[in-house]
Amino acid sequence: MSSIQALQSNSKNITERWLQLQANEEGDFAEALSEEQKTEAAELVTNLLKSLNETSLEDPDSDAFSKVKESLGILSLSRARQGYSPRETATYILRLKEAMLETLSTEITDVKELYDNSLKISKILDNVMINSFESFIKGREDIIMRQTDEITEISTPVIRVWDGVLALPIIGTLDSSRTQVVMESLLQQIVESESSIAILDISGVPAVDTLVAQHLIKTVSATRLMGAECIISGIRPEIAQTIVHLGIDLSGIITKATLASALKTSFDMMRYDIVKKSDKKTLGA
Amino acid sequence: MERIPILKFGEFLLVTIQVDLYDQLAENLEADLINLVRKHHSRGVLIDISAVSIIDSFMGRILVNIAKMSKIMDAETVVTGMQPAVAITLIELGLHFEGVYNALNIEKGMELLRSKIYKLDEDDDTYSSE
Amino acid sequence: MTLTVQNKEEFVVTIEKDALIFRNSVKTGAEKISMGILYQTKIITAASEIVRNLLKYGGGGKAMIETVTDGRKVGLRLTFKDNGPGIPNLDLAMSDGFSTGKSLGLGLPGAKRLVDQFDIRSAVGSGTMVMLLKWK
Repeated sequence: MSSIQALQSNSKNITERWLQLQANEEGDFAEALSEEQKTEAAELVTNLLKSLNETSLEDPDSDAFSKVKESLGILSLSRARQGYSPRETATYILRLKEAMLETLSTEITDVKELYDNSLKISKILDNVMINSFESFIKGREDIIMRQTDEITEISTPVIRVWDGVLALPIIGTLDSSRTQVVMESLLQQIVESESSIAILDISGVPAVDTLVAQHLIKTVSATRLMGAECIISGIRPEIAQTIVHLGIDLSGIITKATLASALKTSFDMMRYDIVKKSDKKTLGA
Repeated sequence: MERIPILKFGEFLLVTIQVDLYDQLAENLEADLINLVRKHHSRGVLIDISAVSIIDSFMGRILVNIAKMSKIMDAETVVTGMQPAVAITLIELGLHFEGVYNALNIEKGMELLRSKIYKLDEDDDTYSSE
Repeated sequence: MTLTVQNKEEFVVTIEKDALIFRNSVKTGAEKISMGILYQTKIITAASEIVRNLLKYGGGGKAMIETVTDGRKVGLRLTFKDNGPGIPNLDLAMSDGFSTGKSLGLGLPGAKRLVDQFDIRSAVGSGTMVMLLKWK
C-alpha cells in the first residue's frame, strides 16, 4: 500500500488522534472541544487527504492545497480576532502533522519509503502551517490598525469655539501621518462651519523640531488656501528656544502663548469687541 | 472654439471653472479676462474653483498669471471654493500662489475684494471708495 | 518586494486630448480599488505632472496603469515612457528649492512627494521612464 493510500484510508483515525493531541495540549484549564471544532477538524483532514496525489506530494506549493490553505486562512483570521495565542495557532497544524506521521509509521514497513514520505508530508504540512500563521498575523495587524485609527481620531478633535473660529488641541507627537489627519479634518471642518480662523494649540506637543515645524507650516499654508487664517498657540518657552536655535522661520504665522490670547486675537481679527454688561441698575418705571 | 464664460458683477468679474483647462482654453481665458478687466475697469476678479478636483502646476501657473495680469491692470484676484483635498495636494506639490487671495466661497470672496479695494469706514463698518 | 499585477491598461499619449483621457482613466482605476479622495487627488495630480512632461518635453509616448498588490495592500502603479531627448541632469531636475518656493520646472520633485514610490530613468538620447506607485 502506498503512503498516500495509507493516509487516505485512515482519515477517521487521523482526525481522532489529532483531536486527542489537541485536548492533551490544552491542559487542566482547557474547555472540552466543541462539536463545531470537531466537525471543522474532520473536514480539514478530509480535504487535505483528498488533495494528496502523486504530483502534489512532491510540491508543497501545489494548487491542490489551495482550498485547504484558504479555509485555514479564514479560520486563523477569525481566531486572531477571538484572541487565540500565536502558539495555539501554530501547534494546531503541527499536531495534525504529528497524527499523520504516526499513522504513516504504523502502516509503512519499508524504512526508506517511510522516511522519504514522512519528509514530504512534513514539508507540505509545514507550508500549510506557515500560511495559516501569516493569516493569523494579518488578523492581529488589522486589529492594531483599527485601534490606531481610533486613537488618531480621538486625539485630533476640532472644536468650534465661536462662530467662525475653530480650535484644534493637538496632543502627542506630530508626525507626517498625523499631520495628514489633522489637515484633512481641519479643512473639512472649515468648509462645513465656514470658519475663517483656526487656532492650532500645540501645548500638548512634546517637542518641536524642524520636521514638526514643517508640518505646522504646511497646515497653515493649506488653511490659507481655504481662505482661513491660522494662529498657533500654546508655545512653551522651551519650544520658543528650540525654534530660534534651529533657525526655523515662523514669520508670517501668528503665534500666541495661550489659547486664551489666541481667542482674543481672533475676536480682534473679526472686528468684535467684548463689552462688559453695564453695572448701572435701571430705575423702575 | 470653447470659451469659459465670464460674468460681470458690478465692479467685479466672476469666472466659474467647471471643465479641465487644456492649453488653448487656458490661453483664451487669460486673454478674455484681461480684455474684460480693461473694458469694464474691473477692480476685482473672482475665480471659483469649487468644481475643480485636480490642480496641477500648469493650472496653478494659469491662476498666478491671471492674478499678475490683473494686478497690472489694477484689479485684485481671489480664488474661491478650493476643495480640501486639492489644498492639501497643492501644499505637498510645493505650489505657492503668490499674489492670489483665497476665500472659502464667492460671497466671502466678494467681501475680501471689497476690503482690499475700498477704505473701511471704522464707525459703521461699511466700505466706501476713496 | 514582489508585486502581483491584477489589472493592466496601456495608453498612447501624443496629443493633449490623450492626456485628459489618461487622467480620467487613472481616476477610474483609483475608484475601482476604493482609494480615498485625498489619495486619489494626489496620484492623479502627480500623473498630470508627468504626462504633461511626456507631451511637452518627451515628444509624446506611452503610459500604463496597473493595479498591483504585494499580498497585503493594493495600489495603483503608473508607468510613463518616452523616446524624447532625455533629461541631462537628473539630480538638478529632482531638486526644487522647495523651501524657498521657487517655481517648478518639470514638477518631478513635487510628484515624488505625492506618491509612495517614485522611480525615474533618463539619459540624453535615450528617452525617459517614470514610475509612480500609490497604495490605497
